[in-house]
Amino acid sequence: MGGSARTLLLSALAAASLGGCERETRPLVTPPETGPQSIALTDLYPGSPAPPPKDPRADDYAGNAYHITQGQTYYRWYNCNGCHANGGGGMGPPLIDREWRYGSSIDQIYATIRDGRPNGMPGFEGKATDQQMWQLAAYVRSLGGFTPQASSARREAMRSTPPRNQAKPQEPRPESFTIPQGVSR
Amino acid sequence: MKRAALLMALALGACSGMQTPLAPAADQAEQIRSIWDVMLWVTSFFYLLVIGFLAWAVWRRRRKETAPPRTQVHDQGLERTLAIWAGMIVAGLTLLISWSFLVDRSLASTQDDQALHITVTGAQWWWRVEYTDGTPDKQFETANEIHLPVGETARIKLMTSDVIHSFWVPNLSGKMDMIPGRENVIDITPRKIGVYRGQCAEFCGFQHAHMALTVVVESREDFNRWRNHQLTPAAPPASPKHALGKAVFKAKACSLCHEITGADAGGRTAPNLTHLASRRTIAAGTLPMNRGSLAGWISDPQAIKPGAKMPNVPMSAAESDALVTYLESLK
Repeated sequence: MGGSARTLLLSALAAASLGGCERETRPLVTPPETGPQSIALTDLYPGSPAPPPKDPRADDYAGNAYHITQGQTYYRWYNCNGCHANGGGGMGPPLIDREWRYGSSIDQIYATIRDGRPNGMPGFEGKATDQQMWQLAAYVRSLGGFTPQASSARREAMRSTPPRNQAKPQEPRPESFTIPQGVSR
Repeated sequence: MKRAALLMALALGACSGMQTPLAPAADQAEQIRSIWDVMLWVTSFFYLLVIGFLAWAVWRRRRKETAPPRTQVHDQGLERTLAIWAGMIVAGLTLLISWSFLVDRSLASTQDDQALHITVTGAQWWWRVEYTDGTPDKQFETANEIHLPVGETARIKLMTSDVIHSFWVPNLSGKMDMIPGRENVIDITPRKIGVYRGQCAEFCGFQHAHMALTVVVESREDFNRWRNHQLTPAAPPASPKHALGKAVFKAKACSLCHEITGADAGGRTAPNLTHLASRRTIAAGTLPMNRGSLAGWISDPQAIKPGAKMPNVPMSAAESDALVTYLESLK
């Protein structure tokens, strides 16, 4: 009786500790580059009210602390902070606010890094690898606190906000600004 | 007999080689070797003494069981022996402590008029080596390979760009940690010409085991020749294939991190490749420097050194071939 209860408790503990492992999963095989694809930059679509499907890789990168810290390294290596500072913006726009000109979801940020944008943002396609650009996007996304708490980075020197795992619990910020139902644009 | 000879050879094998503190090639390593010697003699002495007493106790004649038990409280002989024994232990330990203290002191008291200034910066998982002597036109940067003129003291400043590493070239000197935000200094005065291997001695992450460096101790003339060559920019491409390789290097992700002086590639976060082919190894001592290693490393660094900061850069076979040809020409 006591034995089975202990077994149950132990297996529950083991399952709980294993659940924490995924946030730092580090893939050792680089995924093949899929090449350019079209990524929507706005929530406005003709005809259908449903947005196009999100890139399947988005969640893998956004929810992984390893990818976010890699992105943090590249953010400095590739001189992103030269224009965007530590996310507060300078010559380039800030990265910690919510609504962006070319979209603020991770796949839109990836497209911005890859293709570049008018008035200064260079495109990194062919320079940085696909994986690095996804990692950068995941980090940039985390600057404003838009990533799941479990995957927040541990190295906090560059963050504008207190570390997520030390911050007080709060309402999760919405993924992006959405128009309430029944209101016409 | 044969086995004994083999054991002897094994034991002696540790006394030579490119990575051992038992074959010192510099003043500093010589001093550390002296600690080893003192320690060996003191501990051997005590070991033999203890084993000797043990053997004596085992072999001495057993007392007759019929003899009446001795109830003597004061055993003058035993008390004197124990007092001498304790005194010997204290003396042995004092000798070890004071010897190690004196050596440490002498290693720490670096002089200020060093001839050669080198900055070594540890990074995951390679070594940035900067020769900072003289005017800026006499300064240059290389990676994973240090050259030192024999008989001259070099002052090596140790820093890190990420986590704690430890600089250790056993034949030349003891370990010294590289601490984030600190500058540590060691002096090395090499006395023997040769090639030595060093290694990171503080666990620093995934590829800690593949973070080695080569130290070449050579004559002043050879050193000057090497330094003058390192100061020159990379040779211009010799053929269209080399030119294609250079173009690939500049167009792909390589130039975002790597620098080649004279080739318009100015990345500062990865090893400087200006004279890559003149080094003995690539990827911080992971592979010997040759065409096959280069091609394998470029096509899949994550297979050779999983977790390394160099990504797999997709390129065609022709591009990769040209790139390897170009890199191989960077003597």
